[in-house]
Amino acid sequence: MRIAVVGCGAVGSLFAAHLSLLEDVEVWAFDLNELHMAAINRDGLRLTGAGDVVGRPRATSNAAELPPCDFGIVATKAMHTEPAIAATAHAFAGGFVATVQNGLGNEETIAQHAERVIRGTTFPAGKLLEPGHVQWDVKGDTTFGPYDGRTPLAEAERLADACTRAGMPATAVEDARGPQWRKVIFNASTNPIGALTGLTHGRVCERSDLRALVTGLVDEGKAVAAAQGIELDADPEELIDHAAKPEVAYGHKASMLQDVEARRQTEIDYLNGGIVRFGREHGVPTPLNAAIQALVKGVEASWTQS
Amino acid sequence: MTKVVVAGAGSIGSLLAAHLARVADVTVLTRREEHAAALREQGLRVSGRSDFTVQLGATADPAALPADASLAILACKGTDLEPLAGGLEGTLPAATVMTIQNGLGAEDIVAAHGDWPLLSAVTFMSGTRHGDAHVEYVLDTATWIGPYRGTTEEDAREAAELIEAGGLKAEAFPDLRPAQWSKLIFNATVNGVAALTGLPHDFHFAQTAKLSDLGHLVRDLVDEGKAVAEAAGVQLHDDPWEMNVLATQRGHRHFPSMLEDVEAHRPTELELINGALVRAAERLGVRVPLQTAVYRLVKAREASYSE
Repeated sequence: MRIAVVGCGAVGSLFAAHLSLLEDVEVWAFDLNELHMAAINRDGLRLTGAGDVVGRPRATSNAAELPPCDFGIVATKAMHTEPAIAATAHAFAGGFVATVQNGLGNEETIAQHAERVIRGTTFPAGKLLEPGHVQWDVKGDTTFGPYDGRTPLAEAERLADACTRAGMPATAVEDARGPQWRKVIFNASTNPIGALTGLTHGRVCERSDLRALVTGLVDEGKAVAAAQGIELDADPEELIDHAAKPEVAYGHKASMLQDVEARRQTEIDYLNGGIVRFGREHGVPTPLNAAIQALVKGVEASWTQS
Repeated sequence: MTKVVVAGAGSIGSLLAAHLARVADVTVLTRREEHAAALREQGLRVSGRSDFTVQLGATADPAALPADASLAILACKGTDLEPLAGGLEGTLPAATVMTIQNGLGAEDIVAAHGDWPLLSAVTFMSGTRHGDAHVEYVLDTATWIGPYRGTTEEDAREAAELIEAGGLKAEAFPDLRPAQWSKLIFNATVNGVAALTGLPHDFHFAQTAKLSDLGHLVRDLVDEGKAVAEAAGVQLHDDPWEMNVLATQRGHRHFPSMLEDVEAHRPTELELINGALVRAAERLGVRVPLQTAVYRLVKAREASYSE
């Protein structure tokens, strides 16, 4: 089996390093970060933190070098999906492309370039420390499922099985929208609140007025999911309260707050913006998510002023 | 000569004091004694749309204010009004007191500290302080005045005429609420969005080409405010959305005070502006989910640096 990981930041590196440990899988890593790719080819791809792994995928920044693959795993930031899949689609002409990205709309974008698409949601997280070296912060599960009738469940199972055997536990289900929307609603209802106020997850949740705003955002997301017949696999409200506990993620600065502090473009259009877009398509009003999207886009616009 | 007290010498207070001092006997009440000393020694310079330097009285001690002043303008920031009014208790026995703060409720804060006759005012002019004894006159838009407690439109007109004689623009109204609410809705919306996004009041606030453009949110926030005004029986003097569009077309990028306060990690006027609007909505049974969200977000933003 041959697998190419497209977008080899923290999450992509977790998949590439683990999968490359398997005897029966040849792994390619593709990313525009040439220093990271060169370091991987020279010294291997090292994970430290939640586990210690040194993988040896073949790494390249040149999409033309990718050979025909059985599976692709797209792990770029959501705003880079289009150029990433456009450049690499040739390698997946006979295979399947899975996404493990944040947000909504990635499958649709990939499907414009690739015939057979696998929806995916993943919870592990980390950060790139230096070229060739990724800190593995959080372990977690991945769920795969066919995007549409062109992908048999058996293929999603084959990919999930490889990931599980490699140390990244994954399951395949017929409808993977439940975990995806659960994660999107969680992120869309909490990350931008942290980004707009500067507060950590725990401090957002302990302010009852702000916690009520979070619930307003969750309720809109649930209504949009319900209108599509999506059954969430867990209640985002419970996950939000769980994460607020001191021993879980009370002091965690949402990635969007980190993005805003570093003046990096956020994934707001694929989180709250995705909920707004699907809401519009299904006739469900989402005024709070639209307001939050507009405010965060305003924050991004302020960086190009003066 | 009419004796006038101007309490608070930020940009608005300084502009009022300097211009009034050309036609009245003005004493400025400052918070800091060095500020009062600088004004006594150097006078107060105005640049920009006016260009002059004027001598005036100044003190940091409320007890030293002239007992025969007939008009006292409280021109401090809304967050400083409560301690200022408290300090004035028992002083200014002959004065009509005029508030000029943003938002709603300034008059009631003052009323709790004395039985002075009260005038309400809103101002649309703006200035920039360049030190204790120099203020630049930037926007020469008017100050609007109306009766509040124990005063009539005639009293408002007298105050407006005095301010006009000094070289600023002013107008008297029989009821200030239509203008006050127009400005309230405008400020709650524009200042709140600016404080959260970091954007000065510029073209983004009127942009509606794309569905996620900020202008849609601004218009929705204004519409919620208009529903509250309607429920309160107030017919707005100006449409806050049109005020927003016009202001963004003036071509200079205004930094609302709430944005400057948030960036400098200072307390904002949130409670008098957004808080007042949200509480009025609650009292009147009008749903304002977006104004409520903006109010809560700015409040939490303040908490992120003040706690």
